[in-house]
Amino acid sequence: MSEQETMNEIKTVSAQETVTEPEAVSTQNTSAEPEKGNETERILKFQIFRYNPRKKGDKPRMVTYEITEAPGMTIFIALNEIREQQDPSIQFDFVCRAGICGSCAMVVNGSPTLACRTLTSKFPDGEIKLLPLPGFELIGDLSVNTGKFMRAMSERVESWIHDQDADKVNYDKLEERMDPDVAEQIYELERCVECGCCVSACATKRMRPDFLSAVGFIRLARYALDPRDKRSDEEFYEILGDDDGVFGCMTLLGCEDYCPKDLPHQTQIAYLRRKMLKVK
Amino acid sequence: MDSYIIESNKKKSRMPARLDFAQSGTGLILGLFMWVHMLLVGSIVLGPGAFNFVAKNMELAFLSDTGHGFPIAVFFAVLTIFTLFIVHALLGVRKFPISWKQHRILRDQMQMMNHTDTNLWYVQVVTGFIMFFAGSVHLYVMLTNPGNIDPYLSADRVVSSHMWPLYLVLLVCVELHASIGLYRLCMKWGWFAGKDAKKSREMLKKIKNRATVFFLALGALALLVFIVIGFNHRDKVGERYEKTGTVTQQGFDGSGARNADGIHE
Ligand code: SF4
Ligand code: SF4
Ligand code: FES
Repeated sequence: MSEQETMNEIKTVSAQETVTEPEAVSTQNTSAEPEKGNETERILKFQIFRYNPRKKGDKPRMVTYEITEAPGMTIFIALNEIREQQDPSIQFDFVCRAGICGSCAMVVNGSPTLACRTLTSKFPDGEIKLLPLPGFELIGDLSVNTGKFMRAMSERVESWIHDQDADKVNYDKLEERMDPDVAEQIYELERCVECGCCVSACATKRMRPDFLSAVGFIRLARYALDPRDKRSDEEFYEILGDDDGVFGCMTLLGCEDYCPKDLPHQTQIAYLRRKMLKVK
Repeated sequence: MDSYIIESNKKKSRMPARLDFAQSGTGLILGLFMWVHMLLVGSIVLGPGAFNFVAKNMELAFLSDTGHGFPIAVFFAVLTIFTLFIVHALLGVRKFPISWKQHRILRDQMQMMNHTDTNLWYVQVVTGFIMFFAGSVHLYVMLTNPGNIDPYLSADRVVSSHMWPLYLVLLVCVELHASIGLYRLCMKWGWFAGKDAKKSREMLKKIKNRATVFFLALGALALLVFIVIGFNHRDKVGERYEKTGTVTQQGFDGSGARNADGIHE
């Protein structure tokens, strides 16, 4: 299937979804016929978490779907196929299908990760269990409200450049140059796509719902590195300096190990921790 | 845009920073101490004489003419460690899953991800909890017996006073807790990160694993030797080790007497 076709398919499916009311509890299993002739093709068994909190009487359950694996199939492609051919009521999020928008994060066989970047061929036994990201508000099935969390996080860390003189900029003067290394470092941290994997992978966050989480640390580290942000360490301490901030982090490194963008969580959290310890 | 913070004049307590640092600091000292402690106790593997030599030196015997040293030095050393131990435990408890609900969530999370570093943390929680009791007993015994660290008296404690199960539990807990803790400290504060933090993490993890195996093996061996000595010494409980080796035993006597020779001069 070409990329173009894939794109078209997403559009149709999402269009379909908007008009389809979630159906009554569907425990249907397979409708795809296993193809016997071709040895390279295998049947994938998806166990998918189903629960619609807005539907009265709905109970969380795992539903099994079987589909035939296609070459280069990702979880994203598989889910769309399931929705198209077997169960139009199933809810999940996708936008870019290229690991850029961060909306498709879910727990795939225990690992919080981006579904659009996970190949089904990674799972030799062909059994794939999908759960919504824990630690976020559940919208339904595999869809969670990471947006709400990320917005709150952005507000909490005041995710913008703080400069009291920003209004007095002299437009006739050239902007001050930034050291390329610093720019590089900042850019590295800006690669975060707000997928929420680091949040779900953090046992600390699960135990302390108000914990700022690794994505917040990364964001703050980004501003702490930025010479244009004039916030002092004391001011950062106000955001970070307690057990819901950096001192609550127990260095379990789930964030480091599950960030699909491979952001340097461990070094950045250590950096913030050292920085905050020095605040008088 | 101005910061909200500058406007609101509140100031957050520096306490969490200090406490976090204190937890790491006490942990670092205790962890390194435990490694040294294990090496010193491990001297029993070389024979009672070697252990006696170490014990006497710890009592600063080389400073006294009588060769008996100052057991009080051991008393204060133990007291210091005991204090650090309690402080570390109290600081650590803050991070424990304190309610059943938190514990459930943690277990669920662990089951879902099966993530090594999270599992290791749980190992620390469990071993820390056990050590709070087992370690206290051991430290208390040492505190009240400062002059009685002697290859035979210690072996008697292990066997005839039935302390070996406690030491076995302690050994496993301490070695796991300490090496995991020291590894986590490096991660937490970014020590030894070098140029490539991911690579150094792998390295440190490898070192951590080896340290655990090494100290567990040494500890198990030392305990075994103590059990054998204590078993052979069970008729003479309370008798101290002498340089001539008043108690004859197969295997340990020879080396013990040899090592002891140089000490009591
Ligand atoms: S830091 Fe990584 S895991 Fe966390 S939200 Fe950003 S991209 Fe996702
Ligand atoms: S290091 Fe661990 S505790 Fe800290 S933010 Fe990352 S996952 Fe959470
Ligand atoms: S769909 Fe955008 S990251 Fe997966």
